[in-house]
Amino acid sequence: MAITTPSTSTIDVESIRAHFPILHQEVDGKRLVYLDSGATSQKPLAVIEAEEEYYRTYNANVHRGVYKLSEEATAKYEAARVKVQRFINARSGKEVLFTANATAALNLVAYAWGRANVREGDVIVFTEMEHHSNIVPWQILAQATGARLEFIHVTDDGYLNEDDIARVLELRPKLVALTAVSNVLGTINPVKELTTRFHEVGTTVVIDASQAAPHMPIDVRDWDADFVAFTGHKMLAPTGIGVLYGKRAVLEATPPFLGGGDMIREVHLGNTRYADLPYKFEAGTPNISGAICLGVAVDYLTELGMDRVREHEKELVAYAMQQLSEVPDLKVYGPPAEDHGAALSFTLADIHPHDLAHILDRENIAVRAGHHCAQPLMEHYDIPATTRASFYIYNGHDDVDTLVSALGRAREIFQL
Amino acid sequence: MEDFYREYILDHYRNPRNRGTIEAPDITYEDSNPLCGDEIRIDLTVRDGVVDDVKFSGRGCAISQASVSMLTEMIEGMPVDEVKQITKEDVLEMLGIPLTPVRVKCALLGLKVLKGGVYGIDGAADDEDL
Repeated sequence: MAITTPSTSTIDVESIRAHFPILHQEVDGKRLVYLDSGATSQKPLAVIEAEEEYYRTYNANVHRGVYKLSEEATAKYEAARVKVQRFINARSGKEVLFTANATAALNLVAYAWGRANVREGDVIVFTEMEHHSNIVPWQILAQATGARLEFIHVTDDGYLNEDDIARVLELRPKLVALTAVSNVLGTINPVKELTTRFHEVGTTVVIDASQAAPHMPIDVRDWDADFVAFTGHKMLAPTGIGVLYGKRAVLEATPPFLGGGDMIREVHLGNTRYADLPYKFEAGTPNISGAICLGVAVDYLTELGMDRVREHEKELVAYAMQQLSEVPDLKVYGPPAEDHGAALSFTLADIHPHDLAHILDRENIAVRAGHHCAQPLMEHYDIPATTRASFYIYNGHDDVDTLVSALGRAREIFQL
Repeated sequence: MEDFYREYILDHYRNPRNRGTIEAPDITYEDSNPLCGDEIRIDLTVRDGVVDDVKFSGRGCAISQASVSMLTEMIEGMPVDEVKQITKEDVLEMLGIPLTPVRVKCALLGLKVLKGGVYGIDGAADDEDL
């Protein structure tokens, strides 16, 4: 584990909130109840200030200049890579590629690795609970190569269907794409176990850890997956910075994705020798301040302790499930709290989630309403949309209580 | 908030008028709002240039469903030329509730589908043209 200090102490939500300026705003005397961290997290002052500090005091391009500013920017950019490496317990910084976000990371795998390795008739597998960003790149890859898509469906209680897993394993797929934690159902999938099973049949394993990395300890060596993608903005960093972890041997054998500056060793008119890892996959000027801020976000989370973050959210989700179960006509989706990440989806009687989110917004409660970029999952449950409350380190019981009370108000408005 | 989800809005949401499909419509058109997943299809029969029968199907929020339900009531028996003249202001006035920009999209989805149908051209009814 990247963070091994076990702690029984819980997170002090009030002291955390003090670090997040945005949470101190009120509308009509109502404090902001932010329950949409599954979409993007709020940012602590340390991250906001790190971004400003970069632009105020050492803005320069990386890996180029011989002057002091550029050296400082390069050093901090590379230090951020080491922070991320330790955070996910990668063996080397060469395995940590900075991308724009998780979508860009997954597309990098689909285009660079996929086009080099996937052939007509190969099988590509993904699950019914994937975010669109872990579906569409594989559909595009299949269309380009003639590969066949196979799916692992979900059970009604929000787990992966074991019969489907057994069935697709027999097909010896070329690649499986799997989310570590569902952004809708909250399901925490057994990544290590599934990786082992798919490796046994020679399948390359791609993990979308966008909803895991912010919320629980992740250990890419323990998981043993070939690729792991996640995004910074859901874990306290700014938008526009993400990470693709890849096993070194796999990355070495993968051709580059984008060609351009910074990814080369030498360029001739007719050919190019590519740079070593990780730069081979970082063409163009990167998001320098984004990477540095992700490093600061990782410091913040590491200091808090990812075990404690997980314990805090597990307790909070259990409390929310218990409180929501007392709201008449409310249905919660996904597994029980022990297997449940920080996102909680529900429907309330015949109130459309869009209407519900609008009513909650009047109480200054921010939730997500819609298909959550997971339309296949909506089709599975035969619902057009859900309302999703997703929690993070700055959420406490008081947020759940405010939500539940506002749901009562929504019932009154809809004359239930 | 009570202003928003008025009695008649909820009535149209829960007891939509002209809900269903027409077996052999003269005009049929459907569209969706990708933001929220709302989908609406409108079927029309036209006799002597006048809307003879109209049915809608699909699903969505109270605002989009009430709006299209009320819209179908409005256009029954209306000359198609007049249907083409319905503006977004007409629909918002018909709804009679204050709407935020995001919810205006909900309110106008029905009109967008209707315009798409009567003009018979995809994209003829972008929001700006309504």
